[in-house]
Amino acid sequence: MNNGAPCLEVTGLTKRFGGLVAVKGIDMNLHRGEILGLIGPNGSGKSTVMKLIMGIERPNEGSIRLNDLELAGKPTHQIARAGIGIVFQHSRPLHRQTVLENILLGLLPDRLTSLIPDQTAIDQARSIGERCGLGDVLNRLPASLPFADLRRMEMAKAIARDPQVVLVDEPFAGLTSSEVKTFAALIETFRDEGRAVLLVDHNVKSVAAMVDRVLAMYLGEKIAEGSAADVIADPTVRRVYLGGGLEVFYGKAQALENIDLIVHEREFVSIVGLNGAGKTTLFNAISGLIPARGSITWQGDVRGKQTPAAIARAGIVQCPETRELFGDMSVRENLDLGGQHQSKADSAERLEWLLNLFPILKSRAGQAARTLSGGEQQMLAIARALMMRPKLLILDEPTLGLAPVILGQLSDALTILRDTTDITVLLGEQNVTFALPHADRVYVLEHGRIIWQGPPDRFADEAGAAYL
Amino acid sequence: MKKFFSSKPFILTIGTLAIASLLPFGVSDYILGVLTTAFYFAVFSMSWDLLFGYAGEVNFGPTFLIGLGAYGAGMADSLLNLPVPVCILIGALAAVIGGVALAIPALRLTGPYLGLITLVAVLLLQQVIVIFAGVTGGEIGLSMPDVLSVNSAPNYEYALAFMTVSGAILFAISRSNFGLILQAAGQDPIAARALGFNITKHKIAAFAISALFSGLSGALLVFYLGTASVNAVVDIAIGVRVIIAAVLGGRRTIIGGAIGAIFLIVAGEILRPLGQLSTLVVAIMALIVIMVSPDGLLGMLRARRTT
Repeated sequence: MNNGAPCLEVTGLTKRFGGLVAVKGIDMNLHRGEILGLIGPNGSGKSTVMKLIMGIERPNEGSIRLNDLELAGKPTHQIARAGIGIVFQHSRPLHRQTVLENILLGLLPDRLTSLIPDQTAIDQARSIGERCGLGDVLNRLPASLPFADLRRMEMAKAIARDPQVVLVDEPFAGLTSSEVKTFAALIETFRDEGRAVLLVDHNVKSVAAMVDRVLAMYLGEKIAEGSAADVIADPTVRRVYLGGGLEVFYGKAQALENIDLIVHEREFVSIVGLNGAGKTTLFNAISGLIPARGSITWQGDVRGKQTPAAIARAGIVQCPETRELFGDMSVRENLDLGGQHQSKADSAERLEWLLNLFPILKSRAGQAARTLSGGEQQMLAIARALMMRPKLLILDEPTLGLAPVILGQLSDALTILRDTTDITVLLGEQNVTFALPHADRVYVLEHGRIIWQGPPDRFADEAGAAYL
Repeated sequence: MKKFFSSKPFILTIGTLAIASLLPFGVSDYILGVLTTAFYFAVFSMSWDLLFGYAGEVNFGPTFLIGLGAYGAGMADSLLNLPVPVCILIGALAAVIGGVALAIPALRLTGPYLGLITLVAVLLLQQVIVIFAGVTGGEIGLSMPDVLSVNSAPNYEYALAFMTVSGAILFAISRSNFGLILQAAGQDPIAARALGFNITKHKIAAFAISALFSGLSGALLVFYLGTASVNAVVDIAIGVRVIIAAVLGGRRTIIGGAIGAIFLIVAGEILRPLGQLSTLVVAIMALIVIMVSPDGLLGMLRARRTT
């Protein structure tokens, strides 16, 4: 299948955001009629690679050549017209226009003087829509469509200009297993038409059946390349591969289904789940950040309607996956904010204790939070949550995008926390090796449902297969 | 296309315009005068809607463009004594240049930041007019040697014709390929670029078109009023009214801007006996409509039709 020269050739691609190197010297070839899977955990830089190819971000170094035409640094619209199309995971369709008109948009000339779409463009839009399985809904408005059809519409828009290369961002997130099959078939038709397809996803597993090759990334670098089987077997991949990132769907996709969860006082409960399993959604529901059906009982009382702030003051404090630090405020100010609801003395005593727990923060006290490394930011986020003297601390993906050495420090801090305080912890993780050692009990969340629960020592035998 | 020309809203619009054109035979000069102003305001609001509703650009200073058109035309007339049509074109040109100048920050900034710049543009224009009172008439205003007509009926018909033609052109633009690309660029600029559109070009064009009609309308308005003054065409309060009118009528509809502007001005006149209170009452009415139906008056009609 890899006949002739590659159609897309990426060499030495590098992207820095401030001091952070998001993509480091990536080389990649993509041939016509080939599907390449680009995989890596959250924060590995795979989405940045996709954005660099599309020109949404400008690379600092490296070249991106499409049939010997240099594209690096060009504006997105020129790259699109040179023959690269992208299927965004989330995009906002035109809500007042029909599906057909949304697809037609992709076919319009980029001229100010073109006023009325010509009939051939309309016919073409219709045939593209039909090919993507939208034949019956072409005249409906996007808002009335199910989630899968909206995704189809994005696919149709992306191939409207007949691109040689199609970039697809997480094609299967939020879809049911039967929908996954039809989408895989649709993407395979792109390949059969002679296009080069780059699939960006978290896991090898989800794309293994359809890709010709896989390129795995971690912390901005290529760690393996080859057939899906080779990459899965690769020792580096096995070591660093943590399962995937996190994806939460609101609106059309149901994120959680009938969850029953109990956390006892002074207990450490881990919730393990792959990307999109619903961990963050679950935590946000507990913290009152999003509406949910069902009941939540806290310290014996069924919780009524309360604001997230009231819930946090009642003792449920979440340390979110995204950390949500105040980037321009100093470390000290971030911590002081967490202690706002306590008396000065209490707050000072707490601060003292926390700085002993995370000594690195002491030396960084005056520094703006934004300038901390990822690991330090995570420690600060946890420390700020602890400042509020939570009864229940919710830790959402604390290990996300962190280097292994930081994981050790974080793990030590959690151990001290467990041993020296009567705090209750609810930890959400996809990194099983981090989640298990601390846990009294483990829940496994998959596609918004709890599929297993039990003590950590039984996890490997009964539920571990999918997480290694 | 055919379906559009036989659609109910289209026939209703044509009917309303036909009746409006016959009004000079039956109503007083006073009412004609109110409607004449309202029609120019309608064009202000429709031009604004093209920028905000379609291109997604928050322009808090529509009077920057209107004022440039008005003062460009007014000064061309009072200082250079040029023929009226030439003055109007000069006004329109000044507005277009201003519109393109405004587009430059708009391409770098978004949302509230652009909104601030557009507000500052209005204040700057206002200051310039006051400082260079010798040529601009300053705070007193610029009185014009020429007017469109001394009679209210022809003035009314000019305004009606101008509003109709502008509305038709703006509406056609909004429904054209260009309008579609503009909406895509306004809602999801990255996705629009990824579909191969140079949205910079389209947005500059949107600013230029919006400025052209704002400027033309501003120029015509001062030739109708016989004076150009800061209070009538530049003041931020005027700009706020233009915006309220567009939102009240229904954003992203073009025609809604006209409906909202006429509603606001006519309601203001009807309530004039209330004195100072009239502005307050109109503002509250507008607020209620916007809160009940964020899609404005046209949105209300549409909702009624679909349920």
